[in-house]
Amino acid sequence: MTSPLASKAYHLPGSLSLDSGQVLESAEIAYETYGDLNAERSNAILLCHALTGDQYVASKHPITGKPGWWERMVGPGKPLDTERFHVICANVIGSCMGSTGPASPAPDGKPYGMRFPVITIRDMVRGIVALLDGLGIERLHTVVGGSMGGMQALSLAANWPDRARRVLVLASTARHSAQNIAFHELGRQAIMADPNWADGAYYGRDAKPDNGLAVARMAAHITYLSEDGLTEKFGRRLQDRDAKSFGFEADFQVESYLRYQGSGFTQRFDANSYLYITRAMDYFDLAEEHGGKLADAFVDTSARFCLVSFDTDWLYPTAESRHIVHALNATSAKVSFVELSANAGHDSFLLPHDQLDRVVRGFVE
Amino acid sequence: MTALRFDLAAIADQIGHEKNAPRVLDVGCGDGALMVALEADHSADVRGVELDPVKVERCVARGLSVVQGDADIDLANYPDKSFDFAVLSRTLQTTNRPDQVLEELLRLAHIAFVSFPNFAHWGTRAALMFGGKMPITNALPVSWYETENIHHVTVEDFRDLAAAKGARIIREWNFTNERAIGPLGANWRAEFAVFQLSR
Repeated sequence: MTSPLASKAYHLPGSLSLDSGQVLESAEIAYETYGDLNAERSNAILLCHALTGDQYVASKHPITGKPGWWERMVGPGKPLDTERFHVICANVIGSCMGSTGPASPAPDGKPYGMRFPVITIRDMVRGIVALLDGLGIERLHTVVGGSMGGMQALSLAANWPDRARRVLVLASTARHSAQNIAFHELGRQAIMADPNWADGAYYGRDAKPDNGLAVARMAAHITYLSEDGLTEKFGRRLQDRDAKSFGFEADFQVESYLRYQGSGFTQRFDANSYLYITRAMDYFDLAEEHGGKLADAFVDTSARFCLVSFDTDWLYPTAESRHIVHALNATSAKVSFVELSANAGHDSFLLPHDQLDRVVRGFVE
Repeated sequence: MTALRFDLAAIADQIGHEKNAPRVLDVGCGDGALMVALEADHSADVRGVELDPVKVERCVARGLSVVQGDADIDLANYPDKSFDFAVLSRTLQTTNRPDQVLEELLRLAHIAFVSFPNFAHWGTRAALMFGGKMPITNALPVSWYETENIHHVTVEDFRDLAAAKGARIIREWNFTNERAIGPLGANWRAEFAVFQLSR
């Protein structure tokens, strides 16, 4: 987990005051950049990653060796064109890809584990804003995020209204619903029920709570897909066999796929980070932060907004995006919104989609 | 750039005439032609609402601020008088409740423009009277079973609706063969009508 990573790292000069009232001392933010910052420092695009994402947007992942998670969107000539824009993506605090999180050493030199303070989406953005300060970027050309990244983009627009000219939010929400929280709680309980979790103090041991983390990932992964997408991809087809085994092997392709997703995930992600970041998402309610009225979150912003939802996304369905659009309309903000059709559910924002590309390209134009 | 459709051109001219840098909401903005013209020619601050996601995507790709939404539902969230002008072009007759949509336009903007095909045009009357079938004309080119028009309206009907809503008709344009015609016998002669109203 603490293997040497290729990213740039920024040591926050001060401490980070968190929503919980706790303070994070000497935090570090790991980040990647793509494309050059212009002399006016006006072409910076901040990309905010999702729950299990990281800063390797358009470069090889140092652990998995896989291509960046949004290479189709970020690069020369791509919708977020690195020949024009300076794209920044930072690992959020609480995560495990170089930014300070539960696996990082606490001031006493030992890993934080569960001593790491509970953080919020706004705390993640506080860290990123401190990074932007350090990089000398006063005002972003655009802040972009999908899913949890969209929550960060909204939080930035609401709490630091002068920091971004444009706000692009994909497949996201202004608050976690009971259903969202319920699925996250399932994942957390799977991790904490794993005896190897050891109250979060598993660092340095051979046995890690991989089984629990894999189950958490399997459950979450189902929420990222759609019924149609699953049916199309797997149907009831059997995996490497002609007949049912009358046992509990992975008879079905969909079972095999989920097991593969679950075990692969444990190679690159820290179980405690999963607990902390899902908690931050569950705590997210932008209206609650602003006196209970979502429109009030946006009264100070002059940014242009664009929201995109996908018709098969049942994790953060179109109604959630519309809810944000209505709040923005109520403050007379400049806002665009479109629901795109795609059968991959929540994950659609990461997958090839010509209409999405045109919307993104047009919005940052 | 292609020229604006005649009814949109009349609306754009009138808006430009009345106010520089106006705030405009274009309900049923289609591919955004009117929005582009108002931004370019009159420095307008324009927002659009459009039902069709493909058209919304085209608008956003052009850099316009357009929300995918339904005139019947999504106007309620705009604050009172948050726009100088609201435009509803060739959309009134496709809404579930044209009366409520007009009410919303008059609420959220100081001035509303409404354009629609006039069902009382003589060609429509003749087709129904002599053909005995739902008319297919220049202004109403789609068969009854495919058309989006669910509430056909005439110039006279609209004047009545405006009166019922307590709206003042500031100006009225009538068109046939894409040309403006005088007000005389408009309910017979006009294929399309544009109304400018306020309350």
